Amino acid sequence: MPNILEVKDLKKEYPGVKAVDGISFSVKKGTCFGLLGPNGAGKTTAIEIIEGITASDGGSILYKNRPIGRDFHKETGIQFQATALQDFLTVKETLQLFHKLYPNPSNFDEIVEECSLKNLLSRDNRKLSGGQRQRLLVAIALVNQPELLFMDEPTTGLDPQARRNFWNMVEKIKLRNTTLILTTHYMEEADFLCDEIAIMDKGKIIAYGEPKQLIAQHFKEVVLELPEDEVKNHALNIPMEYEFKFGYLEIYTHDIPTALNLLKEQNIPLDKLKIRPFNLEDLFLKLTGSELRS
Amino acid sequence: MIARILAVFHARNLEFVRDRGTLSWNIMFPVIVLFGLNFVFSTGERNQFKIGILTDNEVVNEIDHPFMDIRYINKIQIVDQDAGLESVRRHKLDMLVDLDDPVVRYWINEESPTGYIVEKILLQSSTDEFIKGVVQGKNIRYVEWLLPGVLGMNLMFGCLFGVGYVIVRYRKSGFLKRLKATPLRAIEFIIAQVLSRLILAISMAIFIYVGASFILETRMEGSYFTLLLVGILGATSLISLGLLIASRVSSEELAGGLLNLMTWPMMVLSGVFFSLEGSPQWIQTFANIFPLTHTLTAARAVMIDGATILEISYELSVLVATSIIFMIAGALLFKWQSD
Repeated sequence: MPNILEVKDLKKEYPGVKAVDGISFSVKKGTCFGLLGPNGAGKTTAIEIIEGITASDGGSILYKNRPIGRDFHKETGIQFQATALQDFLTVKETLQLFHKLYPNPSNFDEIVEECSLKNLLSRDNRKLSGGQRQRLLVAIALVNQPELLFMDEPTTGLDPQARRNFWNMVEKIKLRNTTLILTTHYMEEADFLCDEIAIMDKGKIIAYGEPKQLIAQHFKEVVLELPEDEVKNHALNIPMEYEFKFGYLEIYTHDIPTALNLLKEQNIPLDKLKIRPFNLEDLFLKLTGSELRS
Repeated sequence: MIARILAVFHARNLEFVRDRGTLSWNIMFPVIVLFGLNFVFSTGERNQFKIGILTDNEVVNEIDHPFMDIRYINKIQIVDQDAGLESVRRHKLDMLVDLDDPVVRYWINEESPTGYIVEKILLQSSTDEFIKGVVQGKNIRYVEWLLPGVLGMNLMFGCLFGVGYVIVRYRKSGFLKRLKATPLRAIEFIIAQVLSRLILAISMAIFIYVGASFILETRMEGSYFTLLLVGILGATSLISLGLLIASRVSSEELAGGLLNLMTWPMMVLSGVFFSLEGSPQWIQTFANIFPLTHTLTAARAVMIDGATILEISYELSVLVATSIIFMIAGALLFKWQSD
């Protein structure tokens, strides 16, 4: 699959901070690429440089093997992290505004259908819920039939149900062979949607590849999880790597039967035991620190 | 390009007309000012006769003539005879009189009742020989002089604050940043904003003008088309100035300060409420840097004196030139997003 976008040694410095510190990655056409990292990692700055919204201090960006030109905005769609819309306009009027700004817009009704906005067309922008608003912003980003769609933390602040609905919508967009570049700090979201990810921290990329490969590369074991309350009255004697994290005892092992026997021998109740594989959340925490920086 | 301009133009119009509070205030404010000032100044009619004394003598009261001893007549020195006659023609003076020569010459306005009375007083004051001069001209009520000022003031506030604040709000909220990610260019966005505000400002000005002229029975000596042209060019220049001021600002407080810095000198020096006649020459010269000064000069010339396009071509040219300069500078300096 050919690359639609190649980023090489991108840099951006603000007074006293290197927001983007020489990052490089490429995005294959038709895939979903996730840029992950804690708040302040430099994801939004990086994506806005690529979008042409912010000027870089160095590096190069190739779109379809060429430097970004005037047509870039005609072929790309952008959903910003925080975008205000015009007051007093309805969803339909807002979509129509953006629809008319492009020379070859997509079919209006199809976009409405795809983003589940049919029942909201006459609603004032100001009266939309968080999820509805995000769907409208994606619809705006899709009005020009983009080959490449940027989404910057699209589900931040949404409730779990709205987030799940949003993912379903993104899945539909992926079926159109649209390339997606997504920033998020929800690992579950990246796990669900992304074919490839890059994890950023302090302006640098600290891990880059397919999610499953990255997890396999950093973790060989599985996790046994028990609520801390279940073990607090026991003198733990477990000759395996373990730690207490967020109210849970986590035991890391590739030998589940031995671990279970050890727990049973120490009369630790196992009815609340969970066994799970390592996920992106674990990888993220391992690479960026034990806690998410706010 | 046209489709993009029309799209932004249409969206902005919808936003404005649906904002009932702002729309109501834009109409109510000038009406309140106009009727309020008319009430204040029309009830305070001057209770003295006002006579222009044509003389080079700097101390008017030193002129030795029995007429000068008559009390309750306000005597003002007039050096330029033509200016004095113009004041009589416009009913600003009840009479112009030259007492320096043995044969007293005087001029009154035939249509002025107070002119008739002061003429009788003058003729009774001495046995000198008198030569009477007559001028003609309708009385200009204060409200007729004020109406262009209030319309201009409303245009100024609507155009400068209306456009300036909206652009800063769009920039601060990130809406401009969103537009930047489309093929829309800065000049297209600016043209759309100018057109939108122009249509709205002129529509409101017409609404207010029609209402005020109907109720107050103000005069219109010139052509409505010429007046409309003055309004359009004046509004375009003011809107472009508002866009220039807001071209880089992201703070509403700073924008408010800058807009006030522009509007208050115009309020005072452009002749909204009072004429600058008689003020120092440098103030009158300085006032010419403001688009509102030229707008009001041209509007009054059309409404009161019936001036033609040719007669106000200087003012119109200045408004066209400033519009172009402000708009191009605004587009060049324009910033889509906050720092």
